[in-house]
Amino acid sequence: MSTNLLSFKNITKNYSGNTVLKNVNIDIRSGEIHALVGENGAGKSTLMNILFGMPVIHSTGGFEGVMELDGKAVDIKSPFQAMDMGVGMVHQEFMLIPGFTVTENIKINREITRDTGLNKVTKKIFGSRIQTLDRPAMSADAVKALETMEIGIEEFTVVKGMPVGHMQFVEIAREIDKTNIRLLVLDEPTAVLTESEAETLIHAMRNLAKKGISIIFISHRLDEITAASDRVTVLRDGELIITKDTKDTNVIELAELMVGRGVSIDRVIADRAGSGDVILTIKDLHVAMPGERVSGVDLEVRKGEILGIGGLAGQGKLGIANGLIGLYQAKGEVVFDGKPLPLGNARNALSSGIAYVSEDRKGVGLLLEEPIELNIAFTSMQIHNKFLQSIGPFRFYHAQSIRANARQMIEDLDIRCTSALQPVGRLSGGNQQKVCVARALTQKPRLLFVSEPTRGIDIGAKKLILDLLLKLADQGMTIVMTSSELAELRSICDRIAIICEGKVAGILKPDAPAADFGLMMSGAADLVKEETTFPHVIPPDSFAVGADFGNLGTEGGAE
Amino acid sequence: MDTVEKSTFSLKSLVSRINVPTLIVLVFWIFIMILGVINNVSLTSMITDSIGRFGALGILSLAMVPSIQSGTGPNFALPIGMVCGLLGMVCAIQFGFTSWGWLIISILLSVVFACIIGYGYGILMNAVKGSEMTIATYTGWAFVWLFSMLWVILPFTDLRLRLPLGQGLRQDIQLAGINARNILTNSLSFDINGIFIPTGMILFFFLCCFLVWMFMRSKKGIAITAGGTNPMFAGAAGLHVNRNRIYAGMLSMVLGAVGTVIYAQHFGFIQLYLFPMMFAFIAVAAVMIGGATVRRANITHVIVGVLIFQGLSANMAPVANAMFPGTDIPEALRTIVQNGIILYALMHAKGGGGK
Repeated sequence: MSTNLLSFKNITKNYSGNTVLKNVNIDIRSGEIHALVGENGAGKSTLMNILFGMPVIHSTGGFEGVMELDGKAVDIKSPFQAMDMGVGMVHQEFMLIPGFTVTENIKINREITRDTGLNKVTKKIFGSRIQTLDRPAMSADAVKALETMEIGIEEFTVVKGMPVGHMQFVEIAREIDKTNIRLLVLDEPTAVLTESEAETLIHAMRNLAKKGISIIFISHRLDEITAASDRVTVLRDGELIITKDTKDTNVIELAELMVGRGVSIDRVIADRAGSGDVILTIKDLHVAMPGERVSGVDLEVRKGEILGIGGLAGQGKLGIANGLIGLYQAKGEVVFDGKPLPLGNARNALSSGIAYVSEDRKGVGLLLEEPIELNIAFTSMQIHNKFLQSIGPFRFYHAQSIRANARQMIEDLDIRCTSALQPVGRLSGGNQQKVCVARALTQKPRLLFVSEPTRGIDIGAKKLILDLLLKLADQGMTIVMTSSELAELRSICDRIAIICEGKVAGILKPDAPAADFGLMMSGAADLVKEETTFPHVIPPDSFAVGADFGNLGTEGGAE
Repeated sequence: MDTVEKSTFSLKSLVSRINVPTLIVLVFWIFIMILGVINNVSLTSMITDSIGRFGALGILSLAMVPSIQSGTGPNFALPIGMVCGLLGMVCAIQFGFTSWGWLIISILLSVVFACIIGYGYGILMNAVKGSEMTIATYTGWAFVWLFSMLWVILPFTDLRLRLPLGQGLRQDIQLAGINARNILTNSLSFDINGIFIPTGMILFFFLCCFLVWMFMRSKKGIAITAGGTNPMFAGAAGLHVNRNRIYAGMLSMVLGAVGTVIYAQHFGFIQLYLFPMMFAFIAVAAVMIGGATVRRANITHVIVGVLIFQGLSANMAPVANAMFPGTDIPEALRTIVQNGIILYALMHAKGGGGK
């Protein structure tokens, strides 16, 4: 149990000057379940990409440091090489062929073929590719792999139509069927599983570990990590924070380590209590956004506040704004400014005074080949009929007012460009973001949704954008900001809603302890102390930044 | 030294701004004209032919602008719009109109037919997103064949339309009989040193260009372009992308129909049955030669492309005839060159920068 199967030694990786892993040292022992914990961007995926020799690593200049397998340095150049060395991966997305049976999926590209009779002849002529399959032998192998996990899936079932949990097991079975398998990486395997399926999976992992197979277990659910793993490693911002025996730690400590207690909050709390009126009420919102599914969010937004929406990737935080605006199919009850807001078409939301800055700047946010001025004026023109001149029954592009508005915005937001006619595709990320914000501001919205406003832009531009949002809030605009960067949310928001598994896990004060944020993100909201949270639905006349809601209790977590 | 460097730089930037296919076909056209002059083909008649074809076929290429800008790609179903134009013209004769009255009523009727058919076509294009070009081509052809049967069955009674014997409409319907031959071509026309300028027809083409240009700058036109370049963006701005694609399809069909009427009056007869089959390729090739892509096209692309491509097509036949008199070679050559250029244009029909 104590020998090291795999060691990462002083692993450092840069992506074009941006260090994503710094001197990371991790030992994976034989037959242990080693959990890897960290926020998005902590470096977990990069580490796994290095382990599998993914092309993305080698095409960006490789990495520094050494990987040792059985104490010998190895140089893994491709995923195939990793497979030959007995390292297997179960992917988050299912890589199964729906029309094939379980057996066929498990044995795909490693089929057992017959070598008798006619096959001997055809093999000589055409090679082994056209030999017939030895189905009984294949089935036997599949059954053996499935039995290792002690789950009752029949090997002759067709994958299509199976419960997603079972598909996950089939994927794992495919990995353990590889005869030389010694290390298995499970990346968020429980994300799609029900609670009982997750338990079965953890049981299966334990069985595999007993047989000497090491497992690297990546999950955001800290309770599962403590239940399943032998040791746990916490990564944060590319650095190894700690490796501990799981029995010596607990969920709260892990949450704190993951988020980081040393986050300096550079925060000027303004008194933005506003009138305290509710401007937006969301009840039981469901949004079918792939990868960011929202399943039953209740939330209230108060006039004049900055409400942050945080949470780990894939938990549904991005789906809320997208669903409200109408980019993805949504259902639920939304009341904006006293009037019900019909979902499903952006026109409803935009014309009622809501503006939206998308997280997908290049895909949704901009017309990259069109000039800055058109990008800024576009929504106001189409929705509010501004910047148009009428000739008879027709309305035409009014160049002067569009140009004047663009010039004003370029000056106000300090957009760095050669002229208002420059195509936005040529601008830097930060300036593109400013164009998106400029378009939203041109609509003169009463409620502004911004999603990931600082994604992919440099630090200087980040600060400019955040300052701009603060300034807008001071001028009385209500802002709902969705972000993956907790520090950013904590620096400007008045309240922060944490989304976990498609629901609001709880609403925290920006100065709440780091551990509370970590716990809520990891589905352990019930461990958060009450005095650091706000209730989801605000009782009248009780809203003020820093007010004490201790006696109101939380409604987060296990609904 | 400085000035020399500057001039080479600006030449470079000029060359880089001109589309290479445009340049190559332009050079080829000039080469053909020189060949013609060497072989005693009159230069004035070559220029007259080119200008005539430019005016007669321009609107058919203009039809590509709305459909390309809306994201549906070039309108390979142009024959559908053309059949609407034919139907409008035939109906106008049946109703007894002649001369200018016939021209105006033909245009009005074909616009109505094209709007109705274009709406259905737009719905079809929304249902087959991603493979619009192929499906449009075959839909266009199927429509031509459908009307090849209908021309026989439809209850037209005017003797100028019907075959003298048997059932159905004639292959060619002479417009001279209703005083409509060259009616627009000849209006306001004049000669300069033997070069015939069909002012009325050219002005009408430019008027259509201007209207389409205005439309593309209207609120609806900008919405259509946005939906074509980035449907997600347009959706996030509250636009009905699919509905806009339908409008663009209708406009494209209307232009196809009007273009057919102009074409017919220029050549002096209405051709029914299989006549529209291959026109989509000619119209698409012209805009592509002008510098359009399957995702982006503007009026400049249309005007430049039609002038060069149709000019070349118009001059191929007389030049080949002069070089190989009394053989079938000219027709073969003309077919090879014209289809070769279409192939070349479509090879360069690269996707734009949109998603």
